[in-house]
Parts: sequence; structure tokens; C-alpha cells
Amino acid sequence: MTPPTSSASLSHKPASAGLAVTLSGRLDADGVSGIWDEAVRLAANPGQRLTVDAQAVDYCDGAGLALLVELRRGAEAARAEFQLDGLNQRFRDLYDQFSPQDLLPPPSHKEKPSLPEEVGRKAAILIDDIYALIAFIGEFAVALVRAAANPRRVRWRDAVNVAETAGVNAFPIIVLIGFLMGLIMAFQSAIPLKQFGAEIFVANLLALSLLRELGPLVTAIILAGRSGSAFAAEIGTMTVNEEINALRTMGLDPVRFLVVSRVLATMAMTPMLTLFFSLAGLVGGALVMLSLGYPLVAFVNQVQMSVTLGDMLGGLVKASVFSLLVCAIGCQRGLRTRGGASSVGQSTTSAVVSGIVLIAVADGVFAVVFYVMDW
Amino acid sequence: MQAPVIEVSGLTMGYGENVVLRDISFSVQPGEVFVILGGSGCGKSTLLKNMIGLFPPMSGTVSIQGRNIVGAHGRKLREILRSFGVMYQSGALFGSLTLLENICLPLEEFTRLPRDAREAVARLKLKLVGLAGSEDKLPSELSGGMQKRAAIARAMALDPAILFLDEPQAGLDPVTSAGIDELVLTLAASLGITFVIVSHELASIFAVADRVIMLDPQTKGIIAQGPPAELRDHSDNPKVRQFFNREA
Ligand SMILES: Nc1ncnc2c1ncn2[C@@H]1O[C@H](COP(=O)(O)OP(=O)(O)OP(=O)(O)O)[C@@H](O)[C@H]1O
Ligand SMILES: [Mg+2]
Repeated sequence: MTPPTSSASLSHKPASAGLAVTLSGRLDADGVSGIWDEAVRLAANPGQRLTVDAQAVDYCDGAGLALLVELRRGAEAARAEFQLDGLNQRFRDLYDQFSPQDLLPPPSHKEKPSLPEEVGRKAAILIDDIYALIAFIGEFAVALVRAAANPRRVRWRDAVNVAETAGVNAFPIIVLIGFLMGLIMAFQSAIPLKQFGAEIFVANLLALSLLRELGPLVTAIILAGRSGSAFAAEIGTMTVNEEINALRTMGLDPVRFLVVSRVLATMAMTPMLTLFFSLAGLVGGALVMLSLGYPLVAFVNQVQMSVTLGDMLGGLVKASVFSLLVCAIGCQRGLRTRGGASSVGQSTTSAVVSGIVLIAVADGVFAVVFYVMDW
Repeated sequence: MQAPVIEVSGLTMGYGENVVLRDISFSVQPGEVFVILGGSGCGKSTLLKNMIGLFPPMSGTVSIQGRNIVGAHGRKLREILRSFGVMYQSGALFGSLTLLENICLPLEEFTRLPRDAREAVARLKLKLVGLAGSEDKLPSELSGGMQKRAAIARAMALDPAILFLDEPQAGLDPVTSAGIDELVLTLAASLGITFVIVSHELASIFAVADRVIMLDPQTKGIIAQGPPAELRDHSDNPKVRQFFNREA
């Protein structure tokens, strides 16, 4: 379909006190792309007067008009007179709607900021961010207290849905990762311990680390990747579509309406997921021990001796707190979304990253608290 | 009479099992401003999306410049797609690009124009729809009406022979709306662009439309066809008269 060569052509010759350019053919995107650069070069240095003869132009669309207006702009910028002759009246009507100023970028007030300005701006954004987070924590706390005072106002149907998508549907991946981690840890630690004839202590190592530390930690990280991001994307899209504004003007607090049910559902589900994670890990470990020739009873006894109910409860408390953080930060990032599709992407990324950072910080705090409390 | 640019014949369409419109046939002449009318929810957007090949119809054909778009794919489809521009009811501007970039995108992908030429074309398009000076704004920083106008500018970027506009004037003030009418008329007259417009704005329909068809959800078909003034004054269908005379 496209013609092999440019369908428009340009010729020029010196004229009295200037330059005469003759255009012919079809001035559409195809034609113009072949002659644009030459035309612009000519217009930059026309002498005193640039005359364009468009008698032989038989079609001129947006691209052609852009060329004509650009020629005029170039000529006037070089302080030359510009004259356009012979353009068919139907294209002339369109051409007359434009002036050379239309091609200039609007005067921008954006100068490149200096370094201190940049640093200041970033700091201000960070402070705003922290401020928004604190405000959100406040709103959320109020919403939670209200929900406790009046449980019927919580959207339990939503909560059940979230419990299914964030909890039940996460079961396979949780069990798989738990099983593999248990298997790998048991195997890796069995090799050095074997040198001392202490393979049986693999059970202690596994039970303690899974129940107290790895179970809650890895479950929470999976939660951040699976559900924290989903909450941010969902609520972020609602923000972009003004659904959140619609909720606000209906007098419905988005935090109560959207966040509370999600947080309650994930907080209820995560401890269970953590238990399954640890259980799957222990099954993986048991498999390794069986293959090393220990009977299952020995492994189970050893596990029972090495951990207490307190260890397990400590792990579950951690898991709930982690899930609260992950879920709340996901919702907050969603509510904070501004702009279009790309900002939803940013919110989602930020939800996962902040979620994982919060988990790590909270884990450190727990380590200290448990140490002080001798738990 | 010239060969029609668009010829729809026996088109039946819907979603899943649910038929929205049945056995629609009509044709659009080159350079004509053709308006699709009908109450809200009667299937105007659905018809438009079937005509531009977004959804496959249940049966029938849509030929654009003599080429059937139903079932077309690959190179053939790309060629047909090049011949028209579409403005969606919700604007559908790319949110991560500025207005200028939104309009430059098709120029960049489909023409060999140098960069400053692309920007010049894009700036003139924005000027045409009255958005000069907003080049560097993101779509989310625009009002609803401004987004509509920017979407029209993007649909025109490649100067296609046919423009499909889904409710270009909903939500615009009368002055801007009249400006769009003017633009449609100038483009149809000077460049011979064919317009297929979904619209409810009576004033604008009378100002620009050469011919209209009116869809009806009860019969799932076309209940009237012809120049708008004629339908208003001489139609014997009460629904049509109601529509044109704004009676409840
Ligand atoms: N994606 C979809 N899936 C199922 N049904 C749909 C879908 N989009 C539209 N419909 C149905 O098809 C019918 C026609 O919708 P359409 O969007 O074409 O209406 P319209 O005439 O453009 O209305 P409006 O003037 O309000 O834009 C409606 O009954 C609608 O419920
Ligand atoms: Mg519609």
C-alpha cells in the first residue's frame, strides 16, 4: 500500500531577495517524512523572504499543515517574510486556524531544581508520607475501636471473601514452601551434625526455628507478595476511578468500609497459615530423618521435648502482628494512590517493599521484647 | 453514488448468549457525517465496537473500504486498522504519558516522521481541539471534558480516513461542543474524513449529521434512518418523534 518513495516532493530556487520553495504531491505523513528535514533546513536560512508555492499540492493533512506552519515559523524566526501561494482553499481554511506560536512548547516554569532544592523536596515528600502513615494508623485505630463497639457495622461478607482469597487460596503455596524449607534445612544441617553423631538434634533445630521464627516470617512475606500487593492494586484502582471519593461523599469512611474487614480477615487467617507452614516444614524434616534411619517416634519425641506451647504461641502472636502490618500498609498504599494506571503499579510495589521492611523491623522488636520477657 | 466506505450487513451482536442488536444493515458514504442514535443502553457502543473489530459479531459482516474486518487478522487487520481512528466513550488516554506523548505515540509507531515533525503535528492537533498549552499535562490532571477532547486529538493523530467517536460531546459546555461540531464539519469538508459518531446532543446532531440511524432496544434493530431534520418533521414512528422533540 505505501508508495516506495516519498509521495511528496520539494524543490527550491533563489528568488528576488530570498528563496522560493515549491511543494508538490501528497503532503501526508508519508510524504512529509521524506521532505521535512530539508524543508526545515531551508526555512532556517531563507534570506529576506521565503515564498512557498503549493499549487501542485493535491492533498494536505495534519502532517502537511504541520510542515507549512513549521516553514512559516522557521522563516519568521530567521526574520524573513513568509508567503504561501496557491494552496487549495479547502486546505487553506485549515491552515489559517494556526499560527507559528502553536508549535512552540508552552513557556515552562519548570527549571531544573538545584541539589538542595531536590533534597528538600524529597525530604518534604518523606515527611508527608510519614504524616499520612500516622494519620492512617489513627483512622484505622478509631475504625477498629468502632468495629469492636459495634461488630454489626463490619462488612463481614467482605471479610469472608478476603479470608478465602488471602487465606484459603494461599494454602497450597504455604504448604509447598514450608515443606521444601523443612526438607532443605533438615538435610543441610544433618550433614555437619552427623560428624558429631548428633543428627537427632536436627529435630530441635527445625522445631525451634520454624515455630518461633521462620514460620511467621516466611508466611508474612508470602502474604505481602500475594495479598498486600492485591489490596494495594484493588484499592488503588478504586481510588483512580473515584470510587473512594464516591464512598467518602456517601458518608462511608473508606478505612472502615474497606480496610477493617480486610485486616480482620487476614489477621484471623495468618496464624493458621503459619501453623500449616510449620507443620509442613516438620513433615519435610521428618522425611529426611526417616531417610537417615531414625524412626518417626524418635523425631516426634525430640520435637516435643525441644519446644513448648509458649514457643508456638509466641510465633502465632508474631504472625498476627506481621499480617496486621502487611495488610494495613497494603491498604494504605492503595488509598494513597494518585493519578493513573502507572501510580497503581507504584503503590503495589511500595506495598510489598514497605510490607517486607515492616516485617523485618517488627521481627527485630519481637526478638528484643521476647528476650526481655524471657519468653 | 460512490462506493460506501463502511458497509454493515446482517450484523447480529451481543455478549455471551444475550443478543443486544439483531440483523443490522446500513452503509456510510465517503465524507459523510453519520450519527448513531438511541436511548442509553440500547447498544450504540456495542455496535461501534463490533464495527471496529474489537468484538467479533455473532453473524454478519462489516466492510471498511471494501475489506471485511470480521475475522481479519495479521497484516490485513493492521491495514484496516490504519484506515480509522477511534475515540472511546471514556477517553482511554494512556495515563502514564503526557498529552503530547499520547498523540505522538501512533505517529512514532506508524510513520517515519522525524521527532520535531511528530511534535509539531501533535501540537497542531491539540490546538484544533482547543488544548494548546496543556501538552505536558498527564491525563489525570485534566478535567473530564478536556480528556474527551484530548482523546479526539489522539484519534486524529494519523489523519485516518474514518473517525469513530463515541459520545464526543457528553459533558462538554455548549461553546466547546459547538467548537467540536465546527471541527467535524471542517475536517469532513476539507480532508474528506468520514465520521461515525454516537451522540445524544440534539443541537449537534442537527448541526453536523448528514444521516442518522436510530437503534431501539425493544426491537433490537434500526427503527429510523435518514437526515435528522426529515426524521424530526416527518417520521411516523412516535418513538423517533419523541426523541427529536425531547418529549418524555
Ligand atoms: N461488557 C459487557 N458485558 C455484558 N453486557 C454488556 C457489556 N457491555 C454492555 N453490555 C450490555 O449491552 C447493552 C448495550 O450496551 P452499550 O454499552 O452498547 O449501550 P449504549 O447504547 O452505548 O449506552 P450509553 O448511551 O449509555 O453509552 C446494555 O444492555 C449493556 O447492559
Ligand atoms: Mg455507550
